[in-house]
Amino acid sequence: MEFKEKLISSYLAFEGDLDLLDSVHQTRAKALRVFEKKGFPTKKDESWKYTSLNALVNADYALFPRSEASIELKDVKKYFLYDTDTYKVIFIDGVYSPFLSNTTHDGLDVCLMSAALTKPKYRNLINTYFNKIASLEESLTALNTSYSKEGAFVYIPKKTVAEKPIEIIHFASGEEHSLWLQPRNLIVVDKNSQVQIIERHQSLKDHPVVTNSVTEVYVHEEAFVDYYKLQNDLTSASLIDNTYIQQAKNSHASVHTFSLGGKLVRNNLRYYHTGQRILSTLKGVTILEGKQHVDHSTMVHHSHPNCESHQDYKGIFSERSEGVFNGQILVEKIAQKTNAFQQNNNVLLDDKATVNSKPQLEIYADDVKCSHGCTIGQMDEEALFYLQSRGIPKKEAKALMTYAFANNVLESVQLPSLKKRINGQIASKLGVNLGFEL
Amino acid sequence: MLTIENLHAEVEGRTILNGIDLNVKPGEIHAIMGPNGSGKSTLSSVIAGNEDYDVTQGKILFKGKDLSGLDPEERAHLGIFLSFQYPVEIPGVTVTNFIKTAINANRKAQGLSDLGASELLKKIREKSTLLDIDSKFLSRSLNEGFSGGEKKRNEIFQMAMLEPTLAILDETDSGLDIDALKIVANGVNKFKAKENAVVVITHYQRLLEYIVPDFVHVLFGGKIVKSGTKELAHELEAKGYDWIKELA
Repeated sequence: MEFKEKLISSYLAFEGDLDLLDSVHQTRAKALRVFEKKGFPTKKDESWKYTSLNALVNADYALFPRSEASIELKDVKKYFLYDTDTYKVIFIDGVYSPFLSNTTHDGLDVCLMSAALTKPKYRNLINTYFNKIASLEESLTALNTSYSKEGAFVYIPKKTVAEKPIEIIHFASGEEHSLWLQPRNLIVVDKNSQVQIIERHQSLKDHPVVTNSVTEVYVHEEAFVDYYKLQNDLTSASLIDNTYIQQAKNSHASVHTFSLGGKLVRNNLRYYHTGQRILSTLKGVTILEGKQHVDHSTMVHHSHPNCESHQDYKGIFSERSEGVFNGQILVEKIAQKTNAFQQNNNVLLDDKATVNSKPQLEIYADDVKCSHGCTIGQMDEEALFYLQSRGIPKKEAKALMTYAFANNVLESVQLPSLKKRINGQIASKLGVNLGFEL
Repeated sequence: MLTIENLHAEVEGRTILNGIDLNVKPGEIHAIMGPNGSGKSTLSSVIAGNEDYDVTQGKILFKGKDLSGLDPEERAHLGIFLSFQYPVEIPGVTVTNFIKTAINANRKAQGLSDLGASELLKKIREKSTLLDIDSKFLSRSLNEGFSGGEKKRNEIFQMAMLEPTLAILDETDSGLDIDALKIVANGVNKFKAKENAVVVITHYQRLLEYIVPDFVHVLFGGKIVKSGTKELAHELEAKGYDWIKELA
C-alpha cells in the first residue's frame, strides 16, 4: 500500500477518540479531502522543482507510536537551552512529555494544542485562529491539518512580555522503526506583547523520521515575536516545516532558521500583513555536507503601505549537499512605500555541491523600494591567500571565512546563550576550534 | 637571509619574472623599484607563496631553506610577511580576532602555546599606539570599509604584531597622504632591527625618504636591470624610467 493510501485509510483510527461534530473536526475532514485530491507535491509543482519528496513518501512510516517512549533528562539535556530558564513544551514521538516540560498558565498560556482544541475556555481562541492563515490548498499543510491534534499552544495576552523564552522541542525516540510526525502549533501574541520562541526537531536514534509540521503565528498590533528554528537533526530525519505568520500594524515578527543538519529539510515560511508599519524579518544560515538537502521557500505578501521586510539567507555547502532558496516578495498595488529587501548568498566548498537560488519579485505598486541580490560563489582565493600569508593554515582560514560569512545573520540573534550555542555549532560543523567568538 | 637565484615565474602561461637574482642579509633594507607591469608585485606574491603563480625556473632560499612547495602559511611560519598592495576585506572578522588567530597560528607552528589575553592586549596597545591606530578600529571588521590609508596602517600594524624576520612591503605608500606615510614609515623603522630585513616595493621614491634603503634595485621586464644605493632612487625620481628601459 502506498503511504498516501495509508494516511487516508488510517484516518478512521485517528478519528476514533475525537468529537466528530466539532467544528475543528469539520476543518480536519475538509483538509483530508484536499490532501486526498492533491497528494504529495512532486517536482512538477513549480515550487517543488528542486526538492523531491519521492524517496521520502515511497517508504512506510508508523503514524501512531505504539508505546510512550521514556527518555531520561540526562539524554536530552544538551538539546535544551540549559543555561537559560525557559518554558518548555516537549514531545516524544508526538506525545506530550509532562516530565520534560515546563508549561504555564500564569499570566500567559504555554501549553498543549490538544488542550486548546478541546477545552471550552480556549474555544474562542481556536475559533478565531485555528487554521485561519495556514493554506487550505497546499497539500502538506492540509495533511497536517487533517491530523492536527497535538503540538504547542501559546497565548500571550495584551501588554505582556513573556519573561522566559519558550522552547518547543519534538523528540523522536527511535522506538519505532520509522515514524511520521505531524505537530501542529498555534501561537497568538496579543497587542503590545513580546515573546521569544525556539523550536527544534530532534531524533535520538538514526531511524527514519519525517516531520510535517505546521505553525500558525498571529502577531497583533505593536507586538514582537522573535522566533528561532534550530535544525540540526540526524541525517536519518527529514522535516517539512510550514510556518504561517500574520502581522498587524506596527508589529515585528522575526524568524531565524539555522539549518545545520537533517536529511531533507523544506522550510515554507509565509508572512501576511493586515496593517501598516510592519516589520518582517527572515534570516537563515544553512551549512550542509554529505547529501543533505535544504530548501527555503519564503513568501512575504505586502498588502498594506509603509511596511518593511528583510530577508537574508546565507548558505555554505560542501560535498554533495544541495541548497534551494526560493524567495517570493509580492507587493500589491495598494502597498505603496514598501521597503522589501532580499539577499541570498551562497558559498560552494566542493565541486559536487549545488545551489538553486530563485528570487521571485512581483511588484504592482510604483512607489516602493525593493532590492534583491543573490550570489553563488566559491571561496575567495585572494582572501584565503591573505589569511594564509599571515600564518593561518588553509583549513582554518577557510573555516574563519565561512564563519565570518555567516556571522551577520548571527548578529541579530537576541538570546545571548542561543547565539553562543549556534556559534559553537557552526564552528564544530566547520571542524575547527576558532579560539574566539565572533 | 633571502637568496633568490635565477627566478622565473609565470601566471596563466604568461612569463612575468625572467631571471631574478637577489640577496638580502639581516639588518638590510632593500628597495625594489620599477615601472608598472615590471613584475614587482609578482615577485612579492611569489616569495609569499601565492599559488596563482608558477615558478618555472630558479629558486628562493630563505634562511637556507628552499621555499618551493611550501604553502603561504608555512612561509609565514618561517618569518616571511607580505604587506599587501590591496589588503583583502574580510567582513565578520574583527582586526583583533584576526590578529589573535594569526599570532596563535604562528605560535602553534613554533610549538608554543597560545598567547595569553593580557599579553596580547598589551602588545596590541603598544603597537597600535605606535601606528596611531584608534582602539575602535580594532573592533571593526578586517579592512571592511577602511580607507586606503587605514588599510596600509593596518598592514604595518599586523607586521608589528607578527614580528617577521623578512617584511616585504608591496606599494605600501600608495594611497597614503604625507602624514599617514610618516606614521607608516615610523612603524617600519621602529620594527627594523639587525636580525630582520625589509624589502620595500615601490613605484616612487617618496617612501624612501622616510624608509632609507641600503640597496635599490630596478626591475624591468621581469629582471633586475640595475642595482645601486639610495642615490639610484633619486636618479630614477629625476630622470623617470625611460632610460632604464634602454638598459634592458
